[in-house]
Amino acid sequence: MFLTIKGLAKSFGDNKVLKGIDVEVEKGQVLSIIGPSGSGKTTLLRCINALEQPDKGIITFDDGFEINFENKVSKQSIQSLRRKSGMVFQSYNLFPHKTALENVTEGPIIVQRRNSKEVKDIAEGLLEKVGLKDKMNLYPHQLSGGQQQRVGIARALAMEPELMLFDEPTSALDPELIGEVLNVMRDLVKEEWTMVFVTHEIQFAADVSDKVIFMDGGYIVEQGTPKEVLKAPKEVRTQQFLQRVLNPS
Amino acid sequence: MKMYPLNNKLFTITANMEGWELFSNSLLPMITGAIQATIPLTLISFILGLVVALLTAMMRLSKSSLFRVPAAIYVSAVRGTPLLVQLFIIFYGLPSIGVTIDPFPSAVIAFTLNVGAYASEIIRASILSIPKGQWEAAFTIGMSKGTALRRIILPQAARVSVPPLSNSFISLVKDTSLASLILVAELFRKAQEIAARTYDFLLLYVEAAIIYWVICFILSLVQAALERRLDRFVAK
Repeated sequence: MFLTIKGLAKSFGDNKVLKGIDVEVEKGQVLSIIGPSGSGKTTLLRCINALEQPDKGIITFDDGFEINFENKVSKQSIQSLRRKSGMVFQSYNLFPHKTALENVTEGPIIVQRRNSKEVKDIAEGLLEKVGLKDKMNLYPHQLSGGQQQRVGIARALAMEPELMLFDEPTSALDPELIGEVLNVMRDLVKEEWTMVFVTHEIQFAADVSDKVIFMDGGYIVEQGTPKEVLKAPKEVRTQQFLQRVLNPS
Repeated sequence: MKMYPLNNKLFTITANMEGWELFSNSLLPMITGAIQATIPLTLISFILGLVVALLTAMMRLSKSSLFRVPAAIYVSAVRGTPLLVQLFIIFYGLPSIGVTIDPFPSAVIAFTLNVGAYASEIIRASILSIPKGQWEAAFTIGMSKGTALRRIILPQAARVSVPPLSNSFISLVKDTSLASLILVAELFRKAQEIAARTYDFLLLYVEAAIIYWVICFILSLVQAALERRLDRFVAK
């Protein structure tokens, strides 16, 4: 198993957001996490790269890397954990004082200390792949939301992570811009990236996922293939949620 | 009225001068005072002050009270006491415990500590004004806190802090006039010296005021240019 999460728990003050989560992700697998707001799905994703530090739980990778959050966790192991994954944010979080290209090259050059000429070529290739080669010298505020998010994806890819994390990547976008971002994500699915999506795009999740998790109230209520969870959910809460999302009126 | 020639190198000024002649002849000594003392005092104190301010801001943002508390006390003490009193303590007070410092360095110390305290609050607020997502994005591309601060947060905080820091800088130009009271031969002290000989207080002090105004006006143009330059990455 590429990534194994066991017994993950996280509270913010008295508010228990994750109440013991077990997740497994295989290499090249696409996992989608769905659920109502406040269900803990974003927190779960943010625990995978320790943007939120879990109170309890063990995260293990297939190369033997393991963090047990019940023990004191060193800065180094947090950094190693973060190096494994790239993250795409709901609000893009591009660096506004850097051009699209600089946003992509920043990590490889400054953090990984790779050759800046090579990195630049790779970054241009990544921007071409997300359809933004002609915009690479523009600043984020000169780009649309969909374009910014595609730069955000290129920025994460440039670090050559083993795992890509997407935190509701289309939720802040105008409806007509969602497609261009989903298309880029579809390309990544074809390239067999290991990915975890937190998403409200049920149809997209059904199309691309190998596995879907439905969360509610800090628990995993149901998990399985998209067919099992999205087409024929066993749990009442899953059925109700899908009912509300798919037929809002 | 008995006329005394001015007995120093400002030989072009005599006690019987008045009006335009006095104004134009005073211009050179006053501008000399500005160039030799007011401007260097301002620049040195501001640059050193910014270094102190950045350190103080970092200490105040630290998780450890070992850093936070001393920084908070420093800021509180400087902000809670008059600048003139601080100048007098350093220049007139310290000699009684054997620490004698010349006028100019005394002024540099006092103004640096002042800028350090006030600007630290500006820098702290600017850093806090940068959205948390910027830190997170930096962390997810593997940056440490220090690298994220240096590469991502401070450049953005700098843009936010330019207007308030410019205010501090312009205030500092004017505050340096207080150094005249600890014998620094700066612009306003020159005005006082000339006025003491010619008794034309109104003309000479207004003249000093005009020179301060011109300096501050030029600085505000520089501020506007700097803001325009830094605006390139700000959403409009």
